[in-house]
Amino acid sequence: MSRFADTFKETASQTAGPYVHIGCTPNVIGNTGVWDADLGASMVNERTQGERIAIEGQVIDGSGTVLRDAMLEIWQADAAGLFNSRSETRGVADPEFTGWGRRAVDFDTGTFRFETIKPGRVPWIDGRLQAPHVMVWIVARGFNLGLHTRMYFSDEDAANAEDPVLARIEHKVRVPTLIGKRDGDTVRFDIRLQGDNETVFFDI
Amino acid sequence: MIRNEKPETGGFYPRDLDWHPKAFTPGYKTSVLRSPQKAMISLPNGPGEINGPAFGHNILGARDDDLVTNFAKAGESAIGERIIVHGVIRDERGRPVPDVLLEVWQANAGGRYRHKKDGYLAPLDPNFGGFGRTITGHDGTYAFRTIKPGPYPWPNNANDWRPSHIHFSVFGSGFAQRLISQFYFEGDPHITLCPIVNTINDPAAIDQLTARLDMANTIPMDARAYRFDITLRGRRSTRFENRPEGN
Repeated sequence: MSRFADTFKETASQTAGPYVHIGCTPNVIGNTGVWDADLGASMVNERTQGERIAIEGQVIDGSGTVLRDAMLEIWQADAAGLFNSRSETRGVADPEFTGWGRRAVDFDTGTFRFETIKPGRVPWIDGRLQAPHVMVWIVARGFNLGLHTRMYFSDEDAANAEDPVLARIEHKVRVPTLIGKRDGDTVRFDIRLQGDNETVFFDI
Repeated sequence: MIRNEKPETGGFYPRDLDWHPKAFTPGYKTSVLRSPQKAMISLPNGPGEINGPAFGHNILGARDDDLVTNFAKAGESAIGERIIVHGVIRDERGRPVPDVLLEVWQANAGGRYRHKKDGYLAPLDPNFGGFGRTITGHDGTYAFRTIKPGPYPWPNNANDWRPSHIHFSVFGSGFAQRLISQFYFEGDPHITLCPIVNTINDPAAIDQLTARLDMANTIPMDARAYRFDITLRGRRSTRFENRPEGN
């Protein structure tokens, strides 16, 4: 890719490795006493506006084996569709909601769980509204570059049908890999790295 | 803190996926079953991609950037070669990236991680946790103090060793800039032998992940300095960004 001479190349990625917890979630491996709590462990408090949900799932490799050393981060809008971010120009997001969460999967079960709120709709760059969704970033041993995907909601059929990002997916048979299955307050979202039901990943 | 500049809101330059390592790199065996096989869907950047979480200095403890003492008993310190790692976080346009979180983690001087899954026979150092964090200054600079990590063997081919390296995680101002990587130390013969390093095709990209000995900033009789600069994706100017007519 050609670049002008006064620009730099992005620092190349390397795997987060199996010991990502040491730096990112030290308390879950018992390395306590340096920071009070792991960053991103709590996204909501009692004053946060919006409908409480939990997002649960597993990350599954090409043999069907559940990963037990992955780490996930999610990033989402608040209930009104605004981001708690310095670059948010559309309004002021709920100060009681960070919008960002980080979780290591469980060492035994490989399950992750985020307690959050259902996000509001966010306009796409052409002004059309996107369906409610959560951005997901996954790293693990064996990933040379973090993977970006999105989770949409199974109780949003009408919004999903008009979502401008889902509309970009030519192979409609793959769209269900991005739909979290809602059951009560829990939304199930499994991420498959390979195979017929490989999750759609995004180059953003 | 008051800044004169408005936060940038442009979309990011596309990632150069020939510069980053590919997902499927059979020399690094674990990638084989963990690499997506279908094409990624490329997206322009909307509000979710151009925004990202922000972290204030209030999250930092007094010794978060000092791995030599942040896990040590009072009056004690970690065993190993004392080093200061410093540099600037900039974007692809060369603009400093202020106020962003940098997290680091590493093995101890013997090549052992403080992690329940690491069973390497080198001993733990009771005074070394191996993790730290800092936030860049207004000029994009950062620094932390640590000990130089040791190389260690790992199960891949029968006799693979990792070069000395420090893992790092960095947030930009937008979630699309999110990056985790590792940096190496100038002169280490294990760099060219390592299957993880060699997932990267371009030697210039590996060179950019190599910290340089910095004698000018070395503290005499105390700690050597290494310089390591990090480049995050740059944003396009928003002046002519396409948007609905009338906006």
